[in-house]
Amino acid sequence: MTATPEATEATPTIVLVGHGMVGQRFLEALAERGMTATHRVVVLCEEPRPAYDRVALTSYFSGKTPEELSMTDMEFIETHGIELYVGDPAVSVDREAKKVTARSGQVFAYETLVLATGSYPFVPPVPNKDARGCFVYRTIEDLLAIEEYARTRTTGAVVGGGLLGLEAAGALKGLGLTSHIVEFAPRLMPVQVDDGGGAALLRTIEEMGLSVHTGVGTQEIVVDEDGAVTGMKLSDGSELATDLVVFSAGVRPRDQLARDCGLTVGERGGITVDEQCRTVADPHVFAIGECALAADGRVYGLVAPGYEQAETAAATIASDEAAFLGADLSTKLKLLGVDVASFGDAHGATADCLDVVYSDSRAGLYKKLVIGRDGTLLGGILVGDAEAYGTLKAFTGSVPPVKPESLVLPAGAGESVQLGPTALPDDAIICSCNNVRKGTIRGAVTEHNCTTVPEVKKCTKAGTTCGSCVKVLGQLVTAELEASGVEVDKGLCGCFSQTREELYEIVLALRINTYQDLLDRYGRDGAKGGDGCEICKPAVGSIIASLAPTIGASGYVLDGEQASLQDSNDHFLANIQKNGSYSVVPRIPGGEITPEGLIVIGEIARDFGLYTKITGGQRIDMFGARVEQLPLIWTRLVDAGFESGHAYGKSLRTVKSCVGQTWCRYGVQDSVRMAIDLELRYRGLRSPHKLKSAVSGCARECAEAQSKDFGVIATSSGWNLYVGGNGGATPRHADLLAQDLTDAELIKLIDRFLMFYIRTADRLERTSTWLERIPGGLDHVRDVVVEDSLGICEELESLMTAHVAHYVDEWATTINDPEKLARFVSFVNAPDTPDPVVGFVPEREQIKPDLPLLTIGHRPLEGSAQR
Amino acid sequence: MTLAPETTDLKVELQLNGDWFAVCELARLLPGRGVAALLPDGRQAALFRDRAGNLYAVDNRDPFGGAAVLSRGLTGSVQGRPFVASPLLKQRFDLETGQCLDDESVRIATYEVRAA
Ligand code: SRM
Ligand SMILES: Cc1cc2nc3c(=O)[nH]c(=O)nc-3n(C[C@H](O)[C@H](O)[C@H](O)COP(=O)(O)OP(=O)(O)OC[C@H]3O[C@@H](n4cnc5c(N)ncnc54)[C@H](O)[C@@H]3O)c2cc1C
Ligand code: SF4
Ligand code: FES
Repeated sequence: MTATPEATEATPTIVLVGHGMVGQRFLEALAERGMTATHRVVVLCEEPRPAYDRVALTSYFSGKTPEELSMTDMEFIETHGIELYVGDPAVSVDREAKKVTARSGQVFAYETLVLATGSYPFVPPVPNKDARGCFVYRTIEDLLAIEEYARTRTTGAVVGGGLLGLEAAGALKGLGLTSHIVEFAPRLMPVQVDDGGGAALLRTIEEMGLSVHTGVGTQEIVVDEDGAVTGMKLSDGSELATDLVVFSAGVRPRDQLARDCGLTVGERGGITVDEQCRTVADPHVFAIGECALAADGRVYGLVAPGYEQAETAAATIASDEAAFLGADLSTKLKLLGVDVASFGDAHGATADCLDVVYSDSRAGLYKKLVIGRDGTLLGGILVGDAEAYGTLKAFTGSVPPVKPESLVLPAGAGESVQLGPTALPDDAIICSCNNVRKGTIRGAVTEHNCTTVPEVKKCTKAGTTCGSCVKVLGQLVTAELEASGVEVDKGLCGCFSQTREELYEIVLALRINTYQDLLDRYGRDGAKGGDGCEICKPAVGSIIASLAPTIGASGYVLDGEQASLQDSNDHFLANIQKNGSYSVVPRIPGGEITPEGLIVIGEIARDFGLYTKITGGQRIDMFGARVEQLPLIWTRLVDAGFESGHAYGKSLRTVKSCVGQTWCRYGVQDSVRMAIDLELRYRGLRSPHKLKSAVSGCARECAEAQSKDFGVIATSSGWNLYVGGNGGATPRHADLLAQDLTDAELIKLIDRFLMFYIRTADRLERTSTWLERIPGGLDHVRDVVVEDSLGICEELESLMTAHVAHYVDEWATTINDPEKLARFVSFVNAPDTPDPVVGFVPEREQIKPDLPLLTIGHRPLEGSAQR
Repeated sequence: MTLAPETTDLKVELQLNGDWFAVCELARLLPGRGVAALLPDGRQAALFRDRAGNLYAVDNRDPFGGAAVLSRGLTGSVQGRPFVASPLLKQRFDLETGQCLDDESVRIATYEVRAA
């Protein structure tokens, strides 16, 4: 708090009532115009802390401290000589005498008075609405109180299913409460989305374990003898038991101070102002932010219009020309993990407009665009996937360069088009919070030499408020950099300037067998001697594992330093699932399994209560094992003769097979035997990405070998070898590498092919992308592995021979090593206690994860007009 | 003759409400990997040790996915600052401040930790 000593009667005084987000922006705008030097500026702040980021309020529950939420730089306040009175609200205004009285009794004479008092949460007048356990959701103090109260309770209910209500419900769930949402309207977020969007949203939110009650009102809060909340009575006659109620039924402008001093207010509240944000009743008084009824007849509940009003008022006071004519009400948020966005004329209020709708309620997707007669994009609603929001919003008001249908169809369905931000015109607004156009962002790169998103943010202010435009921002920056020919660093990561291929060559040639050695000798300057990163550690760990016998490293991935390099899955020799439990996949070579083997798996799954599923890879996956159960499960599997299936590793997965010649009337070779041979040969081979294979007994191809990294199809005279196939996200048919091979020739070629791939591929590059990328493509690979054009085939083969000779099942090794077993606990200090966050609920006679604490409001909202 | 390595007596301790809470022997912390500890109030902490022997402790819960798994993530350093990457969706968290390096608005709790 600072006082300006020389402030005298003669210095004109500006008094600001309310130090919220808009008030703070107003102060900044005054300072930018030099007004703080010529005026005494007094700020009356009601809350016990100066302005903070209310939009990001919920991030308090994901770890932000009140200090971090602060938007007030004390240095700014001091250097500009602003008198800030924290915790001292204005109690009355005497417009005649032009004086404001604060609660502390201080009286300030003003020349200009600016009201930025925001709004208050509306609490419906139901009986017991003020009982112990009833809260609102507006200030940091509200959150602290909710957090404190929730500590000893189990259930919470939110009244209101708008944006803020959902945010509050997510927060309650995050605090460990069973959460309910009660919404009077027949759907969630009634203002932003329509019925279709509401249905998609409802499904997803219910799946997350929140109970939603729509179409019912709250009639009464039920309390116990001590006056604490125990439940609520709903309009359909039902009663909902709850320990805590958060009202989130919208907000109302805080215009009492204005009413009391006779300023004009709107019928439904809000201090009436003109286009300059000056009150219509008194030229010396302004109102900005959520307390103002703007000249377009609206009260804006969003921060961006408030900021514009703050700028307008400051400019007007400084005798510049400015006007606030209205603003856009677009909103986007990622709530409880669901994307929801609406922009422009979302409900199709414009005459003669048309809707384009894509809806898949099973997938929780709903997308609607509102199009004008002439093809102009007027607005839209996106639920479940708001990827296109940034671009669509920027196109609003113009005719997009592609057909609107293609903008809402999911990738792969018909003519979907990814309309990149590069297609936008220069005057498209990218950041609506700060009104930054695409041209300005491009200029930041081309003229101000910004090369990263943080630099562009600083330079343009874009992306610094709600953050929802940052993604598009990143795309624009990259596009602009590429266009201006900036060289891109090809190094593996921040620690190594070499590519994965170069590191492989270094490791092999110099027999380097520890990561630290490699980092300290060949890392980038700043990285030497350091801790590496999550990119190079597993990549180098994989190289060391592939070459282990040759370079003199242990072939066991949990040995010594190697344990610290492995991705989390490899470190626990199992695949982590969304709730922190693991899946167990024993190897079932070629998909062939005895009834006895099936019974063992069945028994284990039954005894440990695991969910079982036949995978797409011809084996069985058991889900839901807690980390401390893994060794127990594997002890039984290993006893029964099973091995790790490496479902967790970037290594060989499965070699699928068809029944082949033995049974099938068409079969011409024993495809099952070959599949088993191949699977056992290459099991445990660590590679840049996972490896999949299949063997079909004839050209009918029942094993789908042509979609595999290496696929084998029987011919009447031997085997055809196909390479570079891929299912997954970008399917690719494999290419024929060689024909009519004998067993021995086939294996020799695969040995060479795999080792050449492991040597030259990038990290996480499947054989398909590798084959497309390397110069010369398939012909080059054929030259190298079939014709031996580089003279390395012998080496490739001997590397593979060494791998095969040294293979040991890593689960068998692990269950016999007490020191390694000690790592398989949820808690180092309570080895027998299971992680309580890992929970399950029944589904179709098995289990599924009970989602733990939800993602709460960490993706800031870009507006919440109605709450 | 038996030689006991010096570190066996050292315990990793967390500061909780002003007191030091012993979690485990220092030797249980593999450089570059983490362990999880259950705290008396039911919360979980993820403890790490880096190559230089420095200790760090943060909340074990991944604020994005909700599961208590950060102790199982890979660690590393960027510009000299230590971090852990969540094993779920790989967001990185600064081990000293708890700040998420991939999302400015997210920060996790940190604990004072020492070997004694
Ligand atoms: C279990 C299974 C689905 C099922 O229920 O059937 C499955 C499950 C997973 N797949 Fe798959 N995939 C499974 C068969 C497939 C198949 C079909 C096949 O192999 O014939 C494919 C397409 C074929 C292909 O890979 O080309 C497939 C393409 C993918 C992809 C995309 C790969 C690509 O190149 O585009 C990924 C992502 C990745 O690896 O980066 C993936 C990743 C995953 C992961 C590892 C995702 C993860 O990181 O958690 C899943 C983990 C399973 C677990 O925790 O145990 N899964 N996945 C199948 C296990 C097969 C097995 O026995 O090992
Ligand atoms: C949880 C939450 C999430 C939100 N998310 C978004 C979002 O994603 N996007 C978006 O655009 N908007 C969002 N909003 C709305 C946004 O916070 C407001 O639009 C914005 O804060 C309005 O700023 P303001 O300065 O007008 O009001 P406020 O920030 O409310 O500030 C008004 C201040 O004036 C004080 N005051 C009132 N009367 C007096 C008096 N007599 N004397 C002194 N001081 C007084 C109040 O205590 C308050 O501190 C959200 C709001 C909440 C609560
Ligand atoms: S691929 Fe040929 S041999 Fe194999 S099952 Fe199909 S038809 Fe029979
Ligand atoms: S739109 Fe850019 S920060 Fe909100």
